Amino acid sequence: MIKIKSNIAISDTGFIFNPSNGESFSANPIGIEFFNLIKQGKPQDKIFENMLEKYNTDKNTLEKDYSDFVQTLNQFQLLDQDAEKKA
Amino acid sequence: MQKRKLNIAVTGLNAIDSPGPGVAVIRALREAGSFDVRIIGLAYESLEPGIYMHQLVDKTYQIPYPTTGTETLLARLEYIHSKENLNVIIPNFDAELYSFIKLGPNLKEMGINTFLPTMEQFEERQKINLPEFGKKYDIKVPHSKAIYTISEIYGLTPEFSYPLLVKGKYYDASIAYNVEQVKTYFNKISAKWGLPIIIQEFVNGTEYNTTGLGDGKGNTYAAFPMRKQYITDKGKAWGGISIADKKLLELTENFISSTKWRGVFELEFMKNQKNEFYLLEINPRIPAWIYLAVGVGQNVPEGLVNLAMGNKIKPFKEYKVGIMFIRYAYDMIVDISEFEQISTYGEL
Repeated sequence: MIKIKSNIAISDTGFIFNPSNGESFSANPIGIEFFNLIKQGKPQDKIFENMLEKYNTDKNTLEKDYSDFVQTLNQFQLLDQDAEKKA
Repeated sequence: MQKRKLNIAVTGLNAIDSPGPGVAVIRALREAGSFDVRIIGLAYESLEPGIYMHQLVDKTYQIPYPTTGTETLLARLEYIHSKENLNVIIPNFDAELYSFIKLGPNLKEMGINTFLPTMEQFEERQKINLPEFGKKYDIKVPHSKAIYTISEIYGLTPEFSYPLLVKGKYYDASIAYNVEQVKTYFNKISAKWGLPIIIQEFVNGTEYNTTGLGDGKGNTYAAFPMRKQYITDKGKAWGGISIADKKLLELTENFISSTKWRGVFELEFMKNQKNEFYLLEINPRIPAWIYLAVGVGQNVPEGLVNLAMGNKIKPFKEYKVGIMFIRYAYDMIVDISEFEQISTYGEL
């Protein structure tokens, strides 16, 4: 399961700060929702369920956006690699 | 209870685009909780901005350049001491440290305290000795070599591959992509800072710095890492942020304990794509961004003064993460009479 590093936090405005290396990022409103759902430990299918209920979109678009977002998190070293290996 | 007032002399008042640490050190000392201060500025040039910052510097004296020799410097310091009754001197330039370390016993005899690295520590961490230093203390350092003549440039490959760094003995570094550029930088840097020139393997990555204070017995009194966020064309941090990197703290504490470092220092690291830290430089002095130390809750200059005075202090164990500094330039209006005073009499 995808897990965000425990020391990474996001503010209400979508400002993400990585205290390990001082890097910061901005997420848009959908990014904030993805981030918080992942951070809460929700599995992927639950995240999709939640988002499809809330937004007028199709599953393919959602999957693509989610996958892009997770890739970005990974690229910026915000994911807990150990957790992924264990899973 | 009234705090003791200390007379502290500080160099490095050149708060310019490649700033000396003096003004930042003074700001930290003025915020010290354990003592009050009268600040005596020591300047080399009459246009060092700190001379004219009267809210920070109570009095400034010009001092001779290190090239004039330690005897001339000592004579000048004796004069300043007779006027100001100095308790502590904090030298802030790499190039003057040799003189101040050498004069340490004389100053002590006069009743002036310093808290500087030993001559051995100072020499050992020189850029030209960095490879041996890395080996001795098991710290990854980029491969480097000191060269003294232009002809040596042609023999740099295959030992080095391009791009590589061309560095001065004390300051300046440029990235060279071919032999011609190495020659240009060799001439430019050696004209300014002398020989040798250091050729260093180029490590691509993100730059991190740490600062800290060691008691000379292997104990850490302060240490925290910072990531440069904005770097000027001279490679100086114009903005930075305190971070929580355990590896960097571990490397810094290991540096203090293994070298038994005495005084303040700055370590410059580069983190490559494999998340490995390479130690690029050891600066045996306070960094120009030291005011961030006050921001994170570790007033390093205050700790340094207390150690110099022989006061017992508790080591800083924690610091705030995510505290930023952003430098700014500020134009002061100065009457010509002040410039005249410092230029003519060497005092203001």
